[in-house]
Amino acid sequence: MEALMTWLEAQLADNSIFTLQTLGYYGEGLVTTVQLVALSLIIGLVLAVPLAIGRGSRHRWISLPIFLYCYVFRGTPLLVQLYLIYYGVVFVEGIQETWLWVILEKPFVPALIAFTLNTAAYTTEIFRGAIKSTDRGEIEAARAYGMSRGLMLRRIVLPSAFRRALPAYGNEVIFMLHASAIASVVTIMDLTGAARFVYARYYAPFEAFLFVAAIYLCLTFAILYLFRYLERRLLAHLKPVSG
Amino acid sequence: MADTPIPLEVRDITKRFGDTEVLKGLSLKAHKGDVITLIGASGSGKSTFLRCMNLLEQPDEGDLIVHGEEIRFKKTRHGREPADWKQVVRMRAKLSMVFQNFNLWAHMTLLENIIEAPVHVLGKPKKEAVEHARALLERVGLTERADAYPAQMSGGQQQRGAIARALAMDPEVMLFDEPTSALDPELVGDVLKVMRDLAEEGRTMILVTHEMAFARDVSSQVIYLHQGVIEEYGPPEAVFGSPRSERLKQFLAPKH
Repeated sequence: MEALMTWLEAQLADNSIFTLQTLGYYGEGLVTTVQLVALSLIIGLVLAVPLAIGRGSRHRWISLPIFLYCYVFRGTPLLVQLYLIYYGVVFVEGIQETWLWVILEKPFVPALIAFTLNTAAYTTEIFRGAIKSTDRGEIEAARAYGMSRGLMLRRIVLPSAFRRALPAYGNEVIFMLHASAIASVVTIMDLTGAARFVYARYYAPFEAFLFVAAIYLCLTFAILYLFRYLERRLLAHLKPVSG
Repeated sequence: MADTPIPLEVRDITKRFGDTEVLKGLSLKAHKGDVITLIGASGSGKSTFLRCMNLLEQPDEGDLIVHGEEIRFKKTRHGREPADWKQVVRMRAKLSMVFQNFNLWAHMTLLENIIEAPVHVLGKPKKEAVEHARALLERVGLTERADAYPAQMSGGQQQRGAIARALAMDPEVMLFDEPTSALDPELVGDVLKVMRDLAEEGRTMILVTHEMAFARDVSSQVIYLHQGVIEEYGPPEAVFGSPRSERLKQFLAPKH
């Protein structure tokens, strides 16, 4: 470790911008970005499953509110949603006296809420499309073999829909990673936040932003690779052997 | 004989789609070991009749008695519906269906397809279900395709797999809805052979088919439907050998 640090220091010796300190900012930014994106994706995914099922419900009082939610969150910019949640909560009467304020005062949780609600709306639509396109014959077979509605959903419709949704969901994950860059406008020191800081300190836009772009590229590559792997595993059934 | 309930009895089934009445009071009684074939031109209502038997279509009127248990219905504002869906689920588990387009579950391997309903609907232990499934696969000649996905199999293999799936339920009655109509001609033979074996071992079967030679060979009873009415029925020798109605004569006449 010691040797590594001295080596790194030697490498950075004639470099005035990428010092151990600024690299440290990028490192912390990376951690914040990954946390923010991963958490919002996981919570959004968990929310999206029941929402997608409810979206296809025959009862309008279930499907309509979900439709409106998806419409609003897909129909407005994420940045505006973030502003509304981050700056808006302050004006909620009496919120500053409650325990909620402790977490809402800092920007991380409001950003997490905005991102989660946004990705949940998109993911709901992705899943709804996949559920809707379930083969009629397979549903009929499930009914004919005595499956109840719940069992059919759990064993036939959802497993097959999730697989079909995988490529589109992979896109959503990459989209969320890149959309998270706007977290920096509400003072979160994510990757882009770190880059903005370095840019402002040294007035070196190319170094600061090209470096952060490279990190985003690496992250995207990792996500692509993960989904490629998942698709190979889970979509094997759609590929004819001879093809 | 009197104490064992009849596997399936339907009485006076009617079915309307909008204003058109497609089934006009059809009845049928399947005793144990019967092979009943429904024949008729397309649009005669034979598939709809079959689908009413396991309530994939809801008949507007008529009774359904599965293994001595009468299905209860209630009136709703959408029409008639089963009063107790649990009863329907129980009854469907006794009648397994083989479809024209196979309808295997695409995200599962063949073996998983076969054990799915026995394990999750009947509550059979998985190990037992797998053993049974392997025996059935051997029977339909698909031992080596157990781990293949439906998309990786030919139509004939898929349909034989679907028959194995139906058999895995130990059904009272097997319903076949045009099982060979979607197959390439050279694949039909394998499927018919499996079905012939089933008929010979005394399975109770009701099938809709266009394979007249096959129907003549294996059926114990043939029903000719025309526009939602049973126009003629009886043993195959009578129906095919000496048809009484003009329409049936025309239907059976070699085309061109």
